[in-house]
Amino acid sequence: MSSGSVLPSPALPDAPPLESEAEARERAQLERTWSPLGGLKGWLSDVHHTTIGRRFIVTAFIFFLLGGVEALVMRLQLARPESTVLGPDLYNQVFTMHGSTMMFLFAVPMMEGVGLLLVPLMIGTRNAAFPRLNAFAYYTYLIGGLLMNVSFLLDMGPDTGWFAYVPLSGPEYSPGKRVDVWAQMITFTELSALAGSVNMIATIFKLRAPGMSLNRMPLFVWAQLVKAFMILFSMPAVMLASLYLAMDRLIGTHFFNPAEGGDALLWQHLFWFFGHPEVYIIFLPALGILSSVLAVFARREIFGYLPMVLAMVAIGFIGFGLWVHHMFATGLPQLGQSFFTAASLMVAVPSGVQIFCWLATLWGGKLRLRLPLYWILAFFALFVFGGLSGVMLGAYALDLQVHDTFFVVAHFHYVLIGGAVFPLFGGFYYWFPKFTGRMLSERLGKWHFWLFFAGFNLTFFPMHYLGLMGMPRRVYTYAPDRGWTDLNLLATVGTFIMAVGLVLFVVNVFWSRKRGAVAGDNPWDADTLEWATSSPPPPYNFLHLPTVRGRYALWTQAVDQPIVTGVRSDRPEVLVTRLMDAEPDHRMEQPGPSLWPLAVALSSGVAFTVSIFTPWGIVIGAGLALITLTGWFWPKKPYREELLEEQP
Amino acid sequence: MKGWALLCALLLAGCRGAAQSVLEPAGPSAARIHALWNVFLAICTGVFVLVVVTMLLAVLRRRVDPEIGSSPPEVDAEALLPKEKRAHLHAKAVEPATERRLAQWVATAAALTVVLLLVLLVTNTLTGKALAALRSEHALEVEVVGHQWWWEFKYRDPEPSRLLNTANELHIPVGRPVALKLTSRDVIHSFWVPNLAGKRDLIPGQENTLLLQADKPGVYRGLCAEFCGHQHAKMAFLVVAEPPEAFEKWREHQLQPAAPPMELLTQRGQQVFLTGPCVLCHAIQGTSASATVGPNLTHLASRQTLAAATLPNVRGHLAGWILNSQSLKPGNKMPPITLPPEDLHALLAYLESLK
Repeated sequence: MSSGSVLPSPALPDAPPLESEAEARERAQLERTWSPLGGLKGWLSDVHHTTIGRRFIVTAFIFFLLGGVEALVMRLQLARPESTVLGPDLYNQVFTMHGSTMMFLFAVPMMEGVGLLLVPLMIGTRNAAFPRLNAFAYYTYLIGGLLMNVSFLLDMGPDTGWFAYVPLSGPEYSPGKRVDVWAQMITFTELSALAGSVNMIATIFKLRAPGMSLNRMPLFVWAQLVKAFMILFSMPAVMLASLYLAMDRLIGTHFFNPAEGGDALLWQHLFWFFGHPEVYIIFLPALGILSSVLAVFARREIFGYLPMVLAMVAIGFIGFGLWVHHMFATGLPQLGQSFFTAASLMVAVPSGVQIFCWLATLWGGKLRLRLPLYWILAFFALFVFGGLSGVMLGAYALDLQVHDTFFVVAHFHYVLIGGAVFPLFGGFYYWFPKFTGRMLSERLGKWHFWLFFAGFNLTFFPMHYLGLMGMPRRVYTYAPDRGWTDLNLLATVGTFIMAVGLVLFVVNVFWSRKRGAVAGDNPWDADTLEWATSSPPPPYNFLHLPTVRGRYALWTQAVDQPIVTGVRSDRPEVLVTRLMDAEPDHRMEQPGPSLWPLAVALSSGVAFTVSIFTPWGIVIGAGLALITLTGWFWPKKPYREELLEEQP
Repeated sequence: MKGWALLCALLLAGCRGAAQSVLEPAGPSAARIHALWNVFLAICTGVFVLVVVTMLLAVLRRRVDPEIGSSPPEVDAEALLPKEKRAHLHAKAVEPATERRLAQWVATAAALTVVLLLVLLVTNTLTGKALAALRSEHALEVEVVGHQWWWEFKYRDPEPSRLLNTANELHIPVGRPVALKLTSRDVIHSFWVPNLAGKRDLIPGQENTLLLQADKPGVYRGLCAEFCGHQHAKMAFLVVAEPPEAFEKWREHQLQPAAPPMELLTQRGQQVFLTGPCVLCHAIQGTSASATVGPNLTHLASRQTLAAATLPNVRGHLAGWILNSQSLKPGNKMPPITLPPEDLHALLAYLESLK
């Protein structure tokens, strides 16, 4: 492999970038090399990170809307006591669908999609490390999501909660196929997340622009890195658990059956060993978005880069030591409870440090109150609020009272909507111009923000009090004499206000895509590398691969900032750099568009889906997977000149 | 005026039914947790207000024209460069003095966080210890068995003949600890009486203990807090805390077998019960009915509610429950029962005689 080299660019600082003939030729060549194939085949075989990332985001947003509709229906049912909008059977399906959809089909894939879309641009490379694995991850996720939602339409939707506690979800108390559908959906989405995280780690470690040493990586990239590692360590626990459950149900094993020596609590340990890190998996990338937006709109670097990075890594570790605080009511020994309480409170320290660093950034900055910043400011209030109620839930003695009540529902919606969805919206307003070339309407955006913010608080704030008044979670109805009626009605009204805000957002997106103000390459005068290329970025991301010499790549750019040369433009090549210091190491040719990832995803889809009904599904699926994987890994014919070189 | 206020209070009390709130503790356990709640609430509110006020001040402090482009971003970029190139930068360095001051603030805030968390941790641990140390000798022992979707209460006694089995209504003596032995026959449930104590799960294959004590007489509502399937929403119970004498009286009465029916009508009702499908699931002490699938009905008429504290125990509801319980609590395990009107009438009379 030959080494890519770094040369000073001949570009002039202020002159308009007049393209030389050589550049135009290179641009055309890159265009040919990186453009997807045409037609339906091209659409299905596309493996570029911007395409796959966008698909993740759009699909996850559609699932978000479906989950939102489920929430609206639930709130309608709970608006009045003894209401009959939904019966218990349907209500249990709907709340299970809502939870599973929001956690597995919206939050995690959305964060993955955002990372996939942005990270390669932000680190200045042409594609993610394993493009076909990306496509495979997307199709697997899509099949899993479709499986669960189609089953729901066929009255086969899971009904034991997104946590599916055994023995309720076991063969004896949940006959039928509903829980099997849920368990296989988990397998699909976890497989997808694992593939995505492997790809993310490799991309971040090996494809960074020269000069972007680890300690110059944008905080967004750090957040994605920590997230990817957390997925790598937590998802296997839930895959194992859902596999045990599926085996208990399908082939009569007794992992969770106490009557046969199994253990009902084993499920909870495995599930929460994944389930608690899951919260951080969702919320760390949101912190990354937050740091990106905040730096640009406070017009300064984020205060305390090192503490921020250490805090994220610390959260990544501590996040694995808290799972038992979901199980305080199961009757653990006192010492264990104190230990997990201490761990749960400890995670507030790195979270607090991050909040303080951001506040310091705000304090030392010159704020531009534009829409992306609105969402970030709201994040501070809501997330801190949710974090504090989390401290209450993490303290074991207090948890015994508030656990499994509406207090918890209120808490995690503050953390997940306030802590992840608000930054996501902020990030959406911020990056929309990069990927469409147009700005979102500021006026509609403000309506969206204020309606969503007000509706959110109307919905979830009263739930704290409902919980203290003894309203348990997951009830499809309540008696009129409980005293819960008014607050429930208020919460329902709030949900509808949020929904109106969301509708305005969708309108805004569709309107602005075509008619929004033209954005230009860097409308916010932002600092990261994705703003150094055109909006929307070309299929090869950058005409000249950039180099970096500071944490805020574009703000610390020199007039004669070097560019990378020597990477072939007639083949899909990327520059591989070293892990720590991002010194150029070698060029790597990437695999191009292919239908094989889709084929492999379909065969694993057959395996998992058919195995809901018969164990033969595994056999059939394994056969298909063998064939399709062989196709995927079939060696590529060498290029002609390489053949010539090998001739003696 | 006074009468008006009294009326309001009564109406309010009427609307509320049996007490069910974490914020109105009626026992030592709940009282300790309530005190802990107050500490947490005070500290967390303080922190929240501080953070939000700081944020708002920061926003008010140094805002600039929202149009981008007029002000250069502030980054510490100059340090990276040799002197002659600094002029080319369009970024200007952050003020070192400001940064130092900010660093001090962040460090102070972080240290304060650690201190506050320690305070919370210690108060929580103390509360936890106090909860565990509640006196349990001389405790009344009651076995609680969770079923989909009702509660079985078995009062233990060294004398086997004094074992008492009842359902959905737990009577306890005021001022005496009650040790509840929690298990489940089917799925995981959770026993929770907000006014008296925190919750504890009922897990198949394991026995958990929860100490319950009421300091004031009253009726407290309890419920299942862990999702347990179809009718998780309608799996409640009442805790009736009475003075010890009243409790003993209740217990002695409950230990009696059902009185044999004296009237023709109730005798016929008993016949209907014993020859119908009822005996497949229910028991009435003093008769041949001894199944344990459903709640024990020996003193059914003495209970305030039906169907796990879902309905008031009145004749109309009882009739509706027998004929088609599925319309009142869909998915529950009692099948609809078809009875000729006169049989139903007799059965109701008999069940209502089971005081």
